[in-house]
Amino acid sequence: MVCLVTFSVFRGSIQIFSYEGVIGFLTGTDWNAVEGRESFGALPYIVGTLASSAIAMVIGVPISLGIATFVSEMSPPRLAAPISFVIELLAAVPSIIYGLWALFVFRFWIRDLIEMPLYNAFHGSLPIFAKYPFGLDLFTAGIVLAIMIIPIISSICREVMRVVPNSQREAAYSLGATRWEAVRIAVFPYAKAGILGAAILGLGRAVGETILVTLVIGNVIGIAAIPTTLFSQSQTLSSLIANEFNEASSDLHLSALIGLGAVLLILTMIINIGARLLVRKMVKVPTGEKGRR
Amino acid sequence: MTVEEVMREEEAAVAGPIETTDRYKVVIKEINAWFGRKQALKNINLNIKDKSVTAFIGPSGCGKTTLIRCLNRMHEMTPNARVDGQVLVDGADIYDKSIDPVVVKRRVGMVFQKPNPFPTMSISDNVAAGLKLNGIKDKNLIAEVVEESLKGAALWEEVRTELEKPGMSLSGGQQQRLCIARALAMQPEVLLMDEPTSALDPLASSKIEELVRSLKEHVTIVIVTHNMQQAARVSDFTAFMYLGEMIEYGATSQIFKNPEKELTERYISGKFG
Amino acid sequence: MSSKERKNYRMILHEEMKKRYRTRIITDNLVTVFALVCVVAAIIPLGSILLEVIKNGASALSFEFLTAPQGSIGSGKGGIGPAIQGTIIVVGLASLIATPVGVLAGIYLSEFAGNGIFPTVVRFLNNILTGLPSIVIGIVGYVTIVLFLGSFSVWAGALSLSIIMMPIVVIVTEETLRIVPHSLREAGYALGISKAKITMNIVLTTAKSGVLTGIGLGIARIAGETAPLIMTILGTSLFFSGLEGPVDALPLRIWRLASQPYESAHAFGWGAALILILMVLGMNVGLRLLARKKGFTVRAEA
Repeated sequence: MVCLVTFSVFRGSIQIFSYEGVIGFLTGTDWNAVEGRESFGALPYIVGTLASSAIAMVIGVPISLGIATFVSEMSPPRLAAPISFVIELLAAVPSIIYGLWALFVFRFWIRDLIEMPLYNAFHGSLPIFAKYPFGLDLFTAGIVLAIMIIPIISSICREVMRVVPNSQREAAYSLGATRWEAVRIAVFPYAKAGILGAAILGLGRAVGETILVTLVIGNVIGIAAIPTTLFSQSQTLSSLIANEFNEASSDLHLSALIGLGAVLLILTMIINIGARLLVRKMVKVPTGEKGRR
Repeated sequence: MTVEEVMREEEAAVAGPIETTDRYKVVIKEINAWFGRKQALKNINLNIKDKSVTAFIGPSGCGKTTLIRCLNRMHEMTPNARVDGQVLVDGADIYDKSIDPVVVKRRVGMVFQKPNPFPTMSISDNVAAGLKLNGIKDKNLIAEVVEESLKGAALWEEVRTELEKPGMSLSGGQQQRLCIARALAMQPEVLLMDEPTSALDPLASSKIEELVRSLKEHVTIVIVTHNMQQAARVSDFTAFMYLGEMIEYGATSQIFKNPEKELTERYISGKFG
Repeated sequence: MSSKERKNYRMILHEEMKKRYRTRIITDNLVTVFALVCVVAAIIPLGSILLEVIKNGASALSFEFLTAPQGSIGSGKGGIGPAIQGTIIVVGLASLIATPVGVLAGIYLSEFAGNGIFPTVVRFLNNILTGLPSIVIGIVGYVTIVLFLGSFSVWAGALSLSIIMMPIVVIVTEETLRIVPHSLREAGYALGISKAKITMNIVLTTAKSGVLTGIGLGIARIAGETAPLIMTILGTSLFFSGLEGPVDALPLRIWRLASQPYESAHAFGWGAALILILMVLGMNVGLRLLARKKGFTVRAEA
């Protein structure tokens, strides 16, 4: 299967790589599909993808850990079950629904409650806030991606934390740890590999997410898609594919879009394989002891 | 002092009604404990002498582990578990509303059934974990206490050259002594040991027993054991529990040689349990 | 080490510990509050999404909306009939492809493969497959089928979706079968039953509800996929016209409607979103409740 995927993606993109050259395609910033003046470069969208995913991770991972910690370590059992259920439901909501909601509802919250105040306060002093925000930009895309990956990351983290043996928590408590300190010194280190795995899975989702991003990121092309501020419009690899695929004017244009897919494929493979190696390398802890509940 | 004399003194210590509580390190008063609706301890009263070893024995499910976990407020950490009553350490009730359970654990340390060192920490970090947690920052002081504690747990000679190795690299018996060192580093006045040798082989167990006997010079020890020979070997006083009740309590020699209650005698002689 | 020295440490350390105590308690409370805020922050979007979808979607609902094809652009007439029909056809076909292959692969991995190099590689690749972006998988459908047949088609969409669903089914099947106690299998061996029969009759029967839940969750997942459909089934405002032709699907329709500048299109989008969310969440809630009742847990990421 993986071979089939890889094979088809690369077969479809051969044309563009031979036209622009691998390096040229990866580092080019032009995007012009007009016949006779074709020029395709993927760099802005690679940057856009990484930037939006980075925002999603920075916001999503701490919140996910907070949720997992609350559900697994702090809340009374009676509360934990319904919260977990709601989180699982959130994980099941299709991304198009998140996109629709973000486009018609959430972006106004973001613009009015977060972006405008930041802009008003810092647009003169901090360059990353120096653009008048519309709500359809990199920052919104990042936050909505975070909302989308939080349920995934937090439910896996919760599972991982639940299997930490109680003896570890008790060891910490017996040394006079508060609840948070027990989580910090006994639960997190023990569950570290699993938590990292969950975060990487979330990153994979954020990098590959398409539809949600096309609806809120602003969809600019060419050099303009390299964001200069947090509130710039941008474009990701996948959103550009989705936006232009049905309007592709030539085989070369189509091949360029599939080429973006190839870059995306490699990016997610690197993330995936890298994560697995990293997790395998981390300290192996004995399992089999019974965890909480 | 001959053995007989020691024993006579010990017997004197438990005989007679208690007039003041300050003669004892730990005084357990009318402790009742529950798991959900199930009552695990029924009205337990007990006085534990300073710098002595007290053993709780009894068949499994008799509440001995629950009782020891009531002495440092660990019992209530289990979901749905409840305690009622008083435990006085040096005359002050650890169940008093104004006392934070976190503070109790500084004075009353605990060692568990299975060795549970923190797997991601080195040997020295394991020992120092409690100190760092409680806000001790002075590196030299920490290093000193780590060394003293490892010596106290009779582990120093074996690990002095490999303090930075992970705690999990040690053998089971060494891990348990590491856990003892970790508890000792907090400088507790009372050390609770919940079946500390149940997961260890006989050789490692005998080392722990030896350690228990030497430690009582500094701390008051309460040990839960399912092994009667072990109780007889290490303890000064023995409490026999059955179905959540304290059946008999007295000097170890007396409990083992001529117990007052028939139930105790039947258990000691291996007729049930 | 003398008794006096020990006393000494006790005093120094416990004095020092007292000083830090307040800060630690405050930190503990702050973290607890933070964790609670995180939970609330995560629940707000769900509440808002459900509220908006129901509020805006309910007004669009009508018999015509559910069955009729879309009227002319911007007219606000017609409905999403083709999209509902298309979703059912494409998803149904995809699960018909993915389920047998996925379940068999899962059985192979759990019962017959052991821990050799080949099964390890299969597991590894399967895990990679779950991590691939759906749009990349859409490209596969495009390159292999659309280019080959020369037309956007149901086949291409179903193939892409089945590639997304298959690894989920494989993982759930393998994990559920592993939970089946070994003693059950041994009981079978003791009666002299062949391994294949044991697997089919004993193991699979025991694990049936778990495997079915996994399949159901896989279906719910692909029913909400949009990206691969863009490049495979294209989307059309007409009803199903054969497996070799293009077809519509709910998520795709929502996307197209949301991108139009007309209020009426947006209202239709919300209506379609309501239908989709009812389908997907309905399946999820139902299956998870059923799973909970039967006493097994479901992997979150499926």
